[in-house]
Amino acid sequence: MKQPKWLMVSLLLVLALAALAVGACTATPTPTPTTAPKPPAPAAATPAKPAATAPAATTPAKSAATPAASKPAASKEPYKIGGLFAITGPASSLGIPERNTVQLLEEQINQQGGINGTPVKMVIADTESDETKAVLAAKKLIDEDKVLAIVGPSQSGESLAIADTIEKAEIPLVSAAASIKIVDPVKKWIFKTPQSDSLIVQALVDYLKAKGYTKIGWLSVSNAFGDSGKVEFEKAAPGAGLTTVAKESFGANDTDVTAQLTRVKAANPDAIVVWAIPPAAAIVSKNVAQLGIKQPVFQSHGIGNKQFIDLAGTAANGVRFPVGKLLVADSLSGSDAQKKVLQEYAKGYTAKFDANTLSTFGGHAWDGFWIVAKALEKSGPDRAKLRDAIESNTKEFVGITGVFSFSPTEHNGLDKRAVTMVEIKDGKWVNAE
Amino acid sequence: MRHQNRIILSALFVVIGVLPFVFTSSYHISVMIFIGIHAMLAIGLCLLMGYAGQVSLGHAAFFGLGAYASGILTASYHVDPWLAMGLAAIFTGLVAFIIGKPLFRLKGNNLAMGTLGFGIIVYIMLVEMTDLTGGPSGLRGVPSLSIFGFTFDKDIKYFYLVWALALLFLILSLNIVNSRVGRALRSIHGSEIAAEMLGVDTNKYKIQILIVSAVYASVAGSLYAHYVTFLSPPPFGFKLSIEVLVMVVIGGLSSVYGAIFGAAATTLLSETLRGTVPKLLSGAGGEYEIVVFGVILMVVMIFMPTGLTSGTLNLVRRWRQEKALRVETREAEDGNAVTGVPRVPEGRTAIEDN
Repeated sequence: MKQPKWLMVSLLLVLALAALAVGACTATPTPTPTTAPKPPAPAAATPAKPAATAPAATTPAKSAATPAASKPAASKEPYKIGGLFAITGPASSLGIPERNTVQLLEEQINQQGGINGTPVKMVIADTESDETKAVLAAKKLIDEDKVLAIVGPSQSGESLAIADTIEKAEIPLVSAAASIKIVDPVKKWIFKTPQSDSLIVQALVDYLKAKGYTKIGWLSVSNAFGDSGKVEFEKAAPGAGLTTVAKESFGANDTDVTAQLTRVKAANPDAIVVWAIPPAAAIVSKNVAQLGIKQPVFQSHGIGNKQFIDLAGTAANGVRFPVGKLLVADSLSGSDAQKKVLQEYAKGYTAKFDANTLSTFGGHAWDGFWIVAKALEKSGPDRAKLRDAIESNTKEFVGITGVFSFSPTEHNGLDKRAVTMVEIKDGKWVNAE
Repeated sequence: MRHQNRIILSALFVVIGVLPFVFTSSYHISVMIFIGIHAMLAIGLCLLMGYAGQVSLGHAAFFGLGAYASGILTASYHVDPWLAMGLAAIFTGLVAFIIGKPLFRLKGNNLAMGTLGFGIIVYIMLVEMTDLTGGPSGLRGVPSLSIFGFTFDKDIKYFYLVWALALLFLILSLNIVNSRVGRALRSIHGSEIAAEMLGVDTNKYKIQILIVSAVYASVAGSLYAHYVTFLSPPPFGFKLSIEVLVMVVIGGLSSVYGAIFGAAATTLLSETLRGTVPKLLSGAGGEYEIVVFGVILMVVMIFMPTGLTSGTLNLVRRWRQEKALRVETREAEDGNAVTGVPRVPEGRTAIEDN
């Protein structure tokens, strides 16, 4: 038994060495930015904008002359923005379009000469849809990669889990997650771009009222998303004279919801409202078709991607839901402020990535990226100044999700314009009448 | 033995004490904080699984109970965090005692299924008891820890707190392992019937060690709650139970030091992979982590069934023995003296099983 223990100690020491190696691994990317101005330089050197090459090209020379990172040289280093998304795991249908979008925007902004001639570098981190890992990944972006601001994370739970870290580290965060709790109460450093559920639910409730549906059968998924939808609906429904005649829930991984639907059907509602994301949301619609339920079905913005239509098939037809305008960009009236922005985003995204992943989620990241980029233009590379600029500079900013106006008491800043009712007809999204 | 432990422990103390000065970044320190929290879980499971031989696939449930008990008491009822941590530990221990009685009537695979079920029940309760736990939307407002006006707000302070407790648990566990109770536990692991024949009250010891490991997990959970200051059910799901199991298996089932090693190796590996895999394979993400863990687990189980630490030790011992054996046989062949000597003595298999 003598040797084993000693060997164990040496193993622990080896482990410490391994930790050192990790440190070294994470340290290596840090010097890269010093040489990084080179890669953006050829990107900036597109024939269209030869002027942009000049400031970028001088950077390596300058930093070579003053390796001690004197102030002018440091300011010419690329602006680093963190992208913290659930690229893998259960929420990857949110995180993948978000990552794609910020990579696309990084490329576009650098082609146009960056921000005030300084290139932008996105540092992407994967949260694996896991809150503990989101905390570690956020810390890494802040301390190791030294980003100026973070866009993301994708999920509400992740955003709330890193909130404390963000506030302590004093770095601006523009979350791509929906929960109102992220910005209510307002936290100094945290903003968010998606519509709050209250806004979405209000749009749906108004629509139901206008159509004369008063008895509602409610089904929601038992996770943060469905929970929040339920709470907001319970708040908004009485004001519009709606009554909930049945209330059911199901699991995110359930493969059959007929039992709950049978109970909802028995309550004989005017309309059924489902609050979930695919695949569960698609299963509900399929079960509705199988049970021959004739009442109209309304779903949430959670089905605002092609995945729902693929999974539900013909059962998707006739489903109406409140969502951002991206899905029906082409059929918006020409006077809509967002139409041009939406069409350009959709065109740019589908040219580079799988069109099936084009979704409002990517739009949330688009908004986050541009809110940060526009503020950086004013503030320069300083976290505190950048935060102030995000708060004071974002006024009537036309984004993908809606039109944003931030203030010290409002860190989401969207209004009714951010939501529209969409119907699925023959497997396509159209404006709901 | 005692002397050896003392040296190893002081070495550990020094290494852990110095680490934050080597890795000063808040990111590295928070990785080490999570290693500490995982280590507490792994040490507890190691006692239960490695020594008493009782499989648990629901260890995350105790972690979750501790975290939520602390979180609810402090955030909703404004109880002092330290008192809450103690109450959480007592509560979790009580739960362990209550479920231990019926659970340990099960053996082997059935026990694994029973603990799995327990884990799922607790998870669903965390999700569905919305009024108490905040449900899927989570529980906010868990305060930071402080003592006599000294707040554990900086990562480095929290690091020392977590590791102080982790090392305390390590010492406690070493004492348990090297005591009469430890021998009783190992006898249960060896053969429950034989142990009972020798007058060991197997049920009593099994429940006791379950309570100990549940309390460790509960304290780890409380520390998690006060560190992240936000709780939601996903981190306390089945996935964590499996991760802790992997830590214990990698570290070596029959070594409490191994549990720390396993926790560190798993957490570090997962952090390194998340950073490096997307760099090597563009477009790839965290899913490769599972592949790598799967491969490691398979390799460890096939070639080092006693875990990476003791497995490596065995390999070294076997290598030495074989070297000695080779010398012996060569001498024997040179002398043409003995025929029919088995090349591989039977003792070798005994060593492997060690």
